[in-house]
Amino acid sequence: MAKTIVEKILSSHTGTDNFEIGDIIKARVDFAFANDITAPIAIKYFKESGARQVFDKKRIGLIPDHFAPNKDIKSAEQCKLLKEFAREYEIENYFEIGKMGVEHALLPEKGLVLPGDVVVGADSHTDTSGALGTFAIGVGSTDLAAIMVLGEVWLKVPPTIKFIYSGKLDKWVSGKDLILYTISQIGVDGANYKVMEFSGETIKGLSMDNRFTMCNMAIEAGAKTGIIEPDELTLEYLKGRAQRPYQTYNSDPDAHYEKIIEIDVSKIEPQVAFPHLPENAKPISEVGNVKIDQSIIGSCTNGRIEDLRIAAQILKGQQIHPEVRLIVIPATQDVYLQALREGLIDIFISSGAAVSTPTCGPCLGGYMGILAKGERAISTTNRNFVGRMGHPESEVYLASPALAAASAILGRIASPEEVK
Amino acid sequence: MIIKGKVWKFKDNIDTDVIIPARYLNTSDPKELALHCMEDYDSEFAKKMDQGDIVVAGRNFGCGSSREHAPIALKAAGVSCIIAQSFARIFFRNAINIGLPIFESEKVADQCSEGDLLKIDTVKGTINNLTKDKVYKTNLLPEFIQKIISVGGLKEYVKEEVRRREVDV
Repeated sequence: MAKTIVEKILSSHTGTDNFEIGDIIKARVDFAFANDITAPIAIKYFKESGARQVFDKKRIGLIPDHFAPNKDIKSAEQCKLLKEFAREYEIENYFEIGKMGVEHALLPEKGLVLPGDVVVGADSHTDTSGALGTFAIGVGSTDLAAIMVLGEVWLKVPPTIKFIYSGKLDKWVSGKDLILYTISQIGVDGANYKVMEFSGETIKGLSMDNRFTMCNMAIEAGAKTGIIEPDELTLEYLKGRAQRPYQTYNSDPDAHYEKIIEIDVSKIEPQVAFPHLPENAKPISEVGNVKIDQSIIGSCTNGRIEDLRIAAQILKGQQIHPEVRLIVIPATQDVYLQALREGLIDIFISSGAAVSTPTCGPCLGGYMGILAKGERAISTTNRNFVGRMGHPESEVYLASPALAAASAILGRIASPEEVK
Repeated sequence: MIIKGKVWKFKDNIDTDVIIPARYLNTSDPKELALHCMEDYDSEFAKKMDQGDIVVAGRNFGCGSSREHAPIALKAAGVSCIIAQSFARIFFRNAINIGLPIFESEKVADQCSEGDLLKIDTVKGTINNLTKDKVYKTNLLPEFIQKIISVGGLKEYVKEEVRRREVDV
């Protein structure tokens, strides 16, 4: 029977083809991880379970990234729990400050999550790894505790919506714009419980960094995950990274989809998602005069090297608007180092930007760029809910690194075309 | 199980940042989280509500982050049950895993008003609006999920599995 990539991955992890959409199955987990917010509860439950060891010391990741480097005493206590747990149970993939990064950027970069894997993370943006052809889903802490013990997860077999993108992208249009546009078309629950499979000639032509950005935000349409079939670019990306052998899967041409949505990208402009939902995207030409106080370039959505390159290209020789704070946060230490070597950090600092060590920080209103009452930010992050980046009466506008850079120069939401 | 309480109504797309803002996630202590439950939506919610009250909401309740702190905060604040037109999937899993009863119902959310008294029979699968004198059928949960709930949540299920596997070895 013809199958989608996700159905094939699930078959290979349950040892059976004998399931239908909607069935509850138990699947073997290849890699599981948590961060400093979600791990403490998982660790507590793990210890209460009576288990004497984790299911596999090599297949668990603990990444302090949300409120790390520790933002206050309570956060420090939470991060300490991760470190001690990793030591006690000899978990190999604990990433200390100085070696860490935002988990969803770090794990693919380190070759720990691979095509054909079932990956479960105690964080909603776990779907990011779908860009490698991985079935990667976010769960909560109790689920993660269960996986650390049993090495398996219960799942409802999801239906898949296939998105086919065709046409040539306009100059400043990126993966971020495609996913914001897509979410605006189907709504924040348009793919609830479902898989979003991104395909078509436009996706084939997208870089890995842009593919990660697209899969990252599938959750913002409620999706169980986003996924892209691996191709030569994927294999190239994995060369010298993959920590273990892997198997790639592709959807059969006659696989069953709940829905197929075709999108002509040639008419899509850079997008800006207005407060307070990611579905509120407007093309830049319809944004009007929106003044900003802050611009954030970073996060698991847009903190990779290409994101920094495009921002630097726009910021080179420019000065940040006097009433704006621009904060650039490379997603991982490797991205940071690469940006330093390419001279991008020099460009950011010379333009008046602040550059931070990797952290999720401001994305979820943790620290390192919190908004005051009435303040407004453009941000390359993934959510613009009420109070997401600070005061409940502040506002977040979601956009690409190109727009975030241009807006920082002009002091209002703007296209790079307007930068002189 | 019989659940009885009065209704607090919420709109569509109540996200986990609103249920428990990230600025309070430097702890996982349920009592502390409960104090700030729904704070950015209604700063008085945690004070106004009574133990056993029921949250009734529109579509996509619990969208956004995977933080289990969201259902934990609601449960610790005294919310006995949530009825929504639909739930975001991670929130749904988390609520079941921590033993917070949740039900999907288009009609209940549409037809009840804030302050209505509801009585829910989780075994029979009925929701009774005592104020409006109306009875609704609820969705029945899949067998495996019922099993998780019947042993007292995923934590207890895992404990049983650990014991079972140790016997196998």
